[in-house]
Amino acid sequence: MNDPVYLIACCLLILGAVFVLIGLLGVFRMPDFFTRLHAASIIDSMGTLLIMLGLMLMSGINLITVKLFLILLFILITTPTAAHALAKSALHGKLKPKLGDDKS
Amino acid sequence: MEHHQVLRIVSRFLIPLIMLFALYVQFHGDYGPGGGFQAGVIFAVGFILYGLIYGVERLRQVVNPSLMRSLSALGVLMYAGVGVASMLSGGEFLNYSVLAEDPVAGQHIGILIIEFGVGLTVASTMTILFYAFAKPY
Repeated sequence: MNDPVYLIACCLLILGAVFVLIGLLGVFRMPDFFTRLHAASIIDSMGTLLIMLGLMLMSGINLITVKLFLILLFILITTPTAAHALAKSALHGKLKPKLGDDKS
Repeated sequence: MEHHQVLRIVSRFLIPLIMLFALYVQFHGDYGPGGGFQAGVIFAVGFILYGLIYGVERLRQVVNPSLMRSLSALGVLMYAGVGVASMLSGGEFLNYSVLAEDPVAGQHIGILIIEFGVGLTVASTMTILFYAFAKPY
C-alpha cells in the first residue's frame, strides 16, 4: 500500500468521524424536530460519504471498491428520501417548525 | 396519494433493486452471508414498500392475497418434499448427500431447494402479515 493514498484515506476517515460527531451533537442539542432532522441527515450524507470514500481508497481497486461504491450510491439516494418523508409527515401532522422570535 | 412525488420516483427506482438484491442473497447464500429467511424478508420489503406508497388496494391488484397464501404453503411443502425425497433415496430425513451420485453435489442441490422453499414461505408470509395489519382505504 503506497503511503500518500493511505494518509489521504486516514484523513477522510477522521473527517467523516468528525462529521458524525457534529451530527450526533446536533441531534442531542438542537431545539426542535426539524433542526434535529437536519443534524441527523448530516450523519447520513457527509459522515457516510467521507467514511465510504476513505474505505474505498484504503481497499485499493478491486471488487470491494465496487461494492462500497454501490452501498454509497444506495445510501446517498435513500437517506435524503427518508429525511424528506419524515419532515413531510411531521408537517402533515401539524408540527410547526420553531422560529427565531418564538418565546419558550 | 398523488402528492408523494419524491417517494414515488425513488421507490420506482428502488423496488427492482431490492428484489434483485433479495435474489442475490437467496442464491448466493451457500457462499456468503444470506439464505432463505433474509432473502424472503428483503423480497417482501419490495412488495410492502409498494403497498405503503401506492396504497394497499393497488398492492392487492399486483400480488393476489390468495396466491400468496398458497405460495406460503408451497414453500413448506418444498422443504418437507426434499426431506421425504432423501428418505426415499435411502438416507435419513433431510440427508442431502443421497440426492445425487456425488454427495457434495447432492448437498448443493438439497440446500438450494430448501432455501428456496424457506424464501418463498417467508416472503409470502410477510406479505400476508402486511395485508392483515394494513387498513384498506
